[in-house]
Amino acid sequence: MDNLDQLVASATSDFAAAAESAKLEDAKARYLGKEGSLTALLKGLGKLPAEERKSAGAAINIAKERIESALATRREALKNAQLEAQLATEALDVTLPGRGLPRGSLHPVTISLDRIEQLFRSIGFDVADGPEIETDWHNFTALNTPENHPARSMHDTFYLQGEDGKVQEDVLLRTHTSPVQIRSMLAHTERYKHLATLPELRVICPGRVYRVDSDATHSPMFHQVEGLWVGESVSFADLKGVVADFLRRFFESDDLKVRFRPSFFPFTEPSAEIDVAFMGGALEGRWLEIAGCGMVHPNVMRFGGFDPEKYTGFAFGMGPDRLTMLRYSIPDLRLFFEGDLRFLAQFN
Amino acid sequence: MQFSESWLRSLCNPSLSSEELCHVLTMAGLEVEERRPAGADFSNVVVAEVLSVDMHPDADKLKLCSVNVGEAAPLQIVCGAPNVAAGMKVPCARVGARLPGIEIKKAKVRGIESSGMLCSARELGLSDDHGGLLPLAADAKVGEDIRRHLDLDDHLITLKLTPNRADCLSLLGIARELSALTGAPLLVPEVKPVAATVTDTRQVVLDAPASCSRYCGRIIRGVNARAATPEWMKRRIERSGIRSISFLVDVTNYVMLELGQPLHAFDDAELSGSIHVRLPKPGEQLLLLNEQTVTPSADTALIADDEKPLAMAGVMGGEHSGIGDQTKDLFLESAFFPPAAIAGKARALGFSSDASHRYERGVDFELQRKAIERATQLIVETCGGQPGPVTEAVSAAHLPSRKPVRLRTARAARVLGISLGVERIEGMLRGLGLALERQGDDFLVTPPSFRFDIEIEEDLIEEIARIHGYDNVPSRPPVALMAMMPATETSRRPMVLRRLVAERDYHEVVTYSFVDAAWEADFAANAAPVVLANPIASQMGVMRSSLIGGLVGTLVANRKRQTERVRIFELGRCFKRDAAAGPVPGFAQPLRLGGLAAGPAVPEQWGAPASRVDFYDVKGDVEALFAPHRLEFSQAEHPALHPGRCAAVGLDGRPVGIVGELHPRWVQKYELGTAPVVFELELADLLATPFPDYVEVSRFPAVVRDLALVVPQVQTLAPLLAALRAAAPAIVRDVALFDVYQGKGLAENEKSLAFRIVIQDTQRTLEDAEVEAVIANLLAIARRDFKASLRG
Repeated sequence: MDNLDQLVASATSDFAAAAESAKLEDAKARYLGKEGSLTALLKGLGKLPAEERKSAGAAINIAKERIESALATRREALKNAQLEAQLATEALDVTLPGRGLPRGSLHPVTISLDRIEQLFRSIGFDVADGPEIETDWHNFTALNTPENHPARSMHDTFYLQGEDGKVQEDVLLRTHTSPVQIRSMLAHTERYKHLATLPELRVICPGRVYRVDSDATHSPMFHQVEGLWVGESVSFADLKGVVADFLRRFFESDDLKVRFRPSFFPFTEPSAEIDVAFMGGALEGRWLEIAGCGMVHPNVMRFGGFDPEKYTGFAFGMGPDRLTMLRYSIPDLRLFFEGDLRFLAQFN
Repeated sequence: MQFSESWLRSLCNPSLSSEELCHVLTMAGLEVEERRPAGADFSNVVVAEVLSVDMHPDADKLKLCSVNVGEAAPLQIVCGAPNVAAGMKVPCARVGARLPGIEIKKAKVRGIESSGMLCSARELGLSDDHGGLLPLAADAKVGEDIRRHLDLDDHLITLKLTPNRADCLSLLGIARELSALTGAPLLVPEVKPVAATVTDTRQVVLDAPASCSRYCGRIIRGVNARAATPEWMKRRIERSGIRSISFLVDVTNYVMLELGQPLHAFDDAELSGSIHVRLPKPGEQLLLLNEQTVTPSADTALIADDEKPLAMAGVMGGEHSGIGDQTKDLFLESAFFPPAAIAGKARALGFSSDASHRYERGVDFELQRKAIERATQLIVETCGGQPGPVTEAVSAAHLPSRKPVRLRTARAARVLGISLGVERIEGMLRGLGLALERQGDDFLVTPPSFRFDIEIEEDLIEEIARIHGYDNVPSRPPVALMAMMPATETSRRPMVLRRLVAERDYHEVVTYSFVDAAWEADFAANAAPVVLANPIASQMGVMRSSLIGGLVGTLVANRKRQTERVRIFELGRCFKRDAAAGPVPGFAQPLRLGGLAAGPAVPEQWGAPASRVDFYDVKGDVEALFAPHRLEFSQAEHPALHPGRCAAVGLDGRPVGIVGELHPRWVQKYELGTAPVVFELELADLLATPFPDYVEVSRFPAVVRDLALVVPQVQTLAPLLAALRAAAPAIVRDVALFDVYQGKGLAENEKSLAFRIVIQDTQRTLEDAEVEAVIANLLAIARRDFKASLRG
């Protein structure tokens, strides 16, 4: 038996000494191969007397298993070592930059418009869109803006030249998004005209608007978002609640100060101007004019197909350009329209 | 509307600080736009009398003055002002005084001791006048603090008035409002009729009563047109932003500012016969005070005498009938012109006047007689003269009416969302000077003649909300029936699309909807664009019918800023006349998505070869935006694009846009160096998304066969691929191009197109023979219809 133990020890030691798999296979042949020592012992079993053969055979088989196990262990170890060596050669500089296309960006005003939409959608406002070449009727008349109102003058409104070369009186570039109010009201009252009581109308109308004005704080084209809520019991207190809540969510500032002060718009009565003041930052404590609003004028309600005795509503209009400038501390409105990639790429 | 705070406080003086007073006005809808001190911040400057002036012994331009500042001994002051003279009264900054930028110390000037400084208007921060010392009134009290003497602790307040509040275009109006807001008493200046001392009158005839329904006129004989304007009056009108011109002009402005009634003074010597308010005769012209000769429109009322037009009613006087230094007799006009008659008249001529500004918004139509008496009183006090009786012509039928307006307490509560109570509402209405009759819980309110903005119940609701304070109306979270918003799966919001474009490395731009006509011609071959009647600049003269111009313009601007790689997109409207289009008849206004890519295909990086963006890069972007739709591309021509590198984009057989490389002609003209690739797609088609159409997934193995076809070089892919797809039986899951080869092994006019064909049945494993038959059939069609051969 000592012989067998020695054999196992010798095989294990030979296996361990084999530094690569070819040498390991040579060592294996020396013990387990056709001419191997263990094979020779097995062959010699026949010469033993029958009563010894059984126990000697069992002992040899145990030794064989032990040698095979040592072989498997060593094979595994060599394989692992080889893999590790390979992995080491395959190592990359993981600090090199990744490949491929970077991401572009959304226009900062678009980002604001999207957030405005999301905030108002969350309380059940729909989003409506309207034409930018608009009829004089939708832009002014239906919004209770009388014929001689200063807003109608050539100084504020872009008009079109007709095909005859003369100024076309019936159309213009919309000066605000308010005409979409009228279109939404008319569509709503038409759609539900079969009902005794109209469902509530809640809609915001974002878009481009145009005025004859151009300097550091005015662009001849800019953005507006109009909001409208008409129902059977919509009040000025609701208007204050919705708009103040919106502004705090938009600026993500619970301590934003919001104030309403009387103003005048032909299409609302009572009318208010909305100011906000931040509690920190460069503009801390200063009142900034941010939007106009009011209760929808009864004449406008009628133009939209609503009975002003039965329904009331509020409307507001704000400038997402200005909201965006305040949110990101952008000093100059013109940056929005110059298409400078160094500016735009900051909003991805 | 600019005015002096101390003038306002002379009419209504609530116990509020200057800041508090401004806040009250702002929160009541009279927005204070600016408040600035009347004088600079300085102290220790007093009224002084120059007793004597001697030459400085050592300096030609300096003088040695002995100055009385109200103390026992006069001060010795060195002064360089050219106008210094013995006997004049001037401001004197005493030793220790701090003026803007200077501190006054006892000093030696060229060897002579000087104990103070005599001041110019600029040194006191009152004006830019540095021509000499500021002369003070001869009766100024020596030793009095100059701040008190000149009322320099006053503030100049500017209101940004909304057009409905014409009643606040006067000190009286603002004071009335302030009184209603604070309860402080209103101290209206007393105006007593001035008795006539001569009997001269001019008859007034209202020929156009719709344009002038009340006209008061009065002759004042023998005035001294050279009389100086009293300091207090001059100060008040100047602090209201109106230049002092001459006493007679100043009086008319003063009364306008005080009461809100524009007045006009004619030189009576220039008038002949009666005064007529009439419409112009055809072709009639008038030279205005601003030296502008106008031909008034047919609906513009004129003030005329028997012979000639004198003034544009309510807008501006005429040059020839105005008052001047020589005027001895004047004819004073105080009239009411209704807003509709004046609105737009001055603006049509390109100017605005204080009178037209007030008339077009609404002047109190019961104020005319009071105003003419007030002016007469001030004129007679200062420059003498004998007034005649006031002639008043009225067309009562044409005066504005003041219909009673009903205010329901319940309606006010519903609109505002708060209950104010009947008593409180009544108090607020009365405080505003509104005549009312209470009927149960309702009020019948008759607006006063000075308010032009109270016509309906909501106007009164705004009044009570204003006085109550908007800040005192609660902010209430809204209550509404909950109803889910639709979430359709067959369309997507523009924002989703925008994000998708941005994900493909495009930056969003917003460019002007009005563009240079040249862009329309170059990039859209549009010779008849929609033209603006009043553009702000000629290069923004026409409405775009394509987004390409703005994109190329943005590329040019970025290249100027040395940005080489430019990838941009815009989502916006394009405009074209189209008789059949709506919703605004006559104009098609589709929303489009346009994009442009120029420069390297990917940003310069270590692991990717440098290559310029090309047609197929951008075509890939277009395909990705429309995915999972399968688009059709066909060779096309477009004015902006390279004729060989331009494709029309089709979807289900209809055109949805274009993609292509910019035409070399425009690359050269706009100095772009290399050609950008652009696309322009219809937004409506991009927003519609197909509802997923489930197809059974096969559990049986797929057979994949490649078919490399050699075709003539000029053969385009689309018809060949379409023919193969059409000919493929249902078991063919896909036919797709995976390689294009030209070069070695092929003739010069040939190319190889390699297709991968995936064949699979959902119900069974396919037999080899079936697969071979499919491939053979496809090959046969390619051979027959496309001169194709199998690549060896």
